[in-house]
Amino acid sequence: MLQASDSVISTTNFSRAEWLALLARAPLDLLEQVLKDHTQDAPLWLRPPETGLMMVEGRAGGTGERFNLGEVTVTRCALRLPNAQKVDPVGIAYVVGRSHRHAYLAAIADALLLSAAWQDHLKQTLLAPIKELVTQQNSVRQAHANSSKVDFFTVARESGAGQDDED
Amino acid sequence: MTAVNLSEVGAGFQDIARGSQSIFRAALEALSYPGRQVAVNAPFDTPTAANRSSSGLLLALLEPGSRLWLSPSLIGTDAAAWIVFHTNCEITQRSSDAEFAWIKHWQELPKFSSLCLGTDEYPDHSTTCVIDVVPTHDNMPPSLFTLTGPGIKTATTIELQFTTLNERNAFIQDRTLNHSLFPRGVDLFLATTHGLIGLPRTTSIELSDEASKCM
Repeated sequence: MLQASDSVISTTNFSRAEWLALLARAPLDLLEQVLKDHTQDAPLWLRPPETGLMMVEGRAGGTGERFNLGEVTVTRCALRLPNAQKVDPVGIAYVVGRSHRHAYLAAIADALLLSAAWQDHLKQTLLAPIKELVTQQNSVRQAHANSSKVDFFTVARESGAGQDDED
Repeated sequence: MTAVNLSEVGAGFQDIARGSQSIFRAALEALSYPGRQVAVNAPFDTPTAANRSSSGLLLALLEPGSRLWLSPSLIGTDAAAWIVFHTNCEITQRSSDAEFAWIKHWQELPKFSSLCLGTDEYPDHSTTCVIDVVPTHDNMPPSLFTLTGPGIKTATTIELQFTTLNERNAFIQDRTLNHSLFPRGVDLFLATTHGLIGLPRTTSIELSDEASKCM
């Protein structure tokens, strides 16, 4: 994880949507380790972790009509940091799966990222490594998918278009 | 769906199942014994713009998609954000379309005929009106009302505080009309600082003699 410091410079600008997406994909042990100082006291729950189903919608090719792809189990929660006031930022998390702990830690991280005191520190120690990891996982998946790619340009018709019905 | 401003939102029920069930029980009791004040005990963070028993009742009763109409001085307050965040209900602009109406003051109470009165086939589709009753320090003394009807053995009395005589008379007139529409009509919950008072459409309400004398 430590070699991530090289790429930190280019990845210090995260929007809230981006960091929420990263936190939802973060490995649990990394969250536990980075946030261990903030999880001693109970937070002020706005909405304790709850698990439910959400419908995922897709568009064929990214541009077609919307359709229901399927349901996914999601755990969400909303909280304020321990000893926070009513005007202090609210951390939220939506995490795929049933891990209440993951949603809790992601929401704590979100609340900290919204407060100026912790933002820069957490971006370096938490978001950068997660981004590194997610990018790496994506490239492995992409490489795996690419290995089965078929190029169809060799099947060019020579003559008599429409004579042979294809499957 | 509208985004909720979370900066002022407080917590909902500490224990969702027990909290909403205990308030549901209180609501049942309030409607079964009109005029009786029933305490609201479940722990939750009350929004600053509304009183405890009205917020608790709506927090327990509303569900995703329920249509809630807000009286003008509740629109945009932390109470509105709080109830939408916790129940995922829908705020409606059309009072005639509302399943629930949340009213902050007597003076903002709309004519019952502008709310949903239900139909003869489905009288249960009518609006349930929740009114915040806050003690005022005006010159007008509280008015004493006599209640009769189902759930009341002989008669019972409640004291209501209005700001003006006109306001009181308009309420009496409108409520009498509402009563005469049975089985259609609006059910009322008066949310005091101490608890809920049910005033279902079956209850007939009139000004007590002693109260009218001192006017």
